[in-house]
Amino acid sequence: MAMSRDEIIQQVQEVLVDALGVDDDEVTAEATLMGDLGAESIDFLDIVFRLEKAFGIKIPREELFPAENLMTDSEFVHNGKLTERGLAELREKMPHTDITAFEGDPDLNKLADLFTVNAIVNYVEGKLEAA
Amino acid sequence: MRWIWIDKFVEFESGRRAVALKNVTLAEEHLHDHFPGFPVMPECLMIEAMAQTSGILVGEAKKFQEKVILAKVKKAVFFDYVKPGDTIKLDAKIDSIISEAASTSGKITCEDKLIAEIDLMFSHIDQNLAGKEFPQENFVFDTGTSVFESLLRDVLSAGAGAADSEQDR
Repeated sequence: MAMSRDEIIQQVQEVLVDALGVDDDEVTAEATLMGDLGAESIDFLDIVFRLEKAFGIKIPREELFPAENLMTDSEFVHNGKLTERGLAELREKMPHTDITAFEGDPDLNKLADLFTVNAIVNYVEGKLEAA
Repeated sequence: MRWIWIDKFVEFESGRRAVALKNVTLAEEHLHDHFPGFPVMPECLMIEAMAQTSGILVGEAKKFQEKVILAKVKKAVFFDYVKPGDTIKLDAKIDSIISEAASTSGKITCEDKLIAEIDLMFSHIDQNLAGKEFPQENFVFDTGTSVFESLLRDVLSAGAGAADSEQDR
């Protein structure tokens, strides 16, 4: 049976509460994983493992959190900002994330703000629909 | 010398599960201070024992080719004390393992009484922090270290040994 968006949100919330040791009410749709919820790099893997279990899906690591590969490629990054090609790559790799605001000032330091609770929910929803 | 905090493996299913034993003795000096008149095994050292059990399980899964480090204590809940004279059983299993990392869950019991639940994450750092250099001596799985091999010899060769003795007959 297909899960409703609310059920997905609730499940994602539970995963993040367990993985990051935060309170339910901190896990809002707009909360950023690193800035607001204090996630570190190993937490992203923990989250991926937990999401796979909770939803019974397979998540290739670079699919949900693809930024790392981008950040180290000089074709995509120039002077601490993403280039046009970098942005195009990001759009392609993160269709589950709204990057309109980021495009105005594609500063690498702000890349982390793209990883929000909502982005995870969108991603999982897309994954479940495709399955 | 490596600091080994488990005494032996009693079960070892490569890539899946490992069970180790640790005997707790009053000869361990820290027990005299923790606490005076009431010696109990410090909980952080139970995490260490589980980290060694799970860590060796994770390392062996990739034939000790990866540098495995403890990256996260996901859960550590303690239900009872461990006292001198107790033998604790550390039962660890791999929940997920990919090229960059592994996630494990474990239970510590003492005579079938649940002592602790400890879930951990390990990182294969060459896959995660490629290009950074770490001093080799920080790692326990380098080729010069045979101490883990001796810990594992009995459980890993048990299958092969049975086959050998079969042939001998």
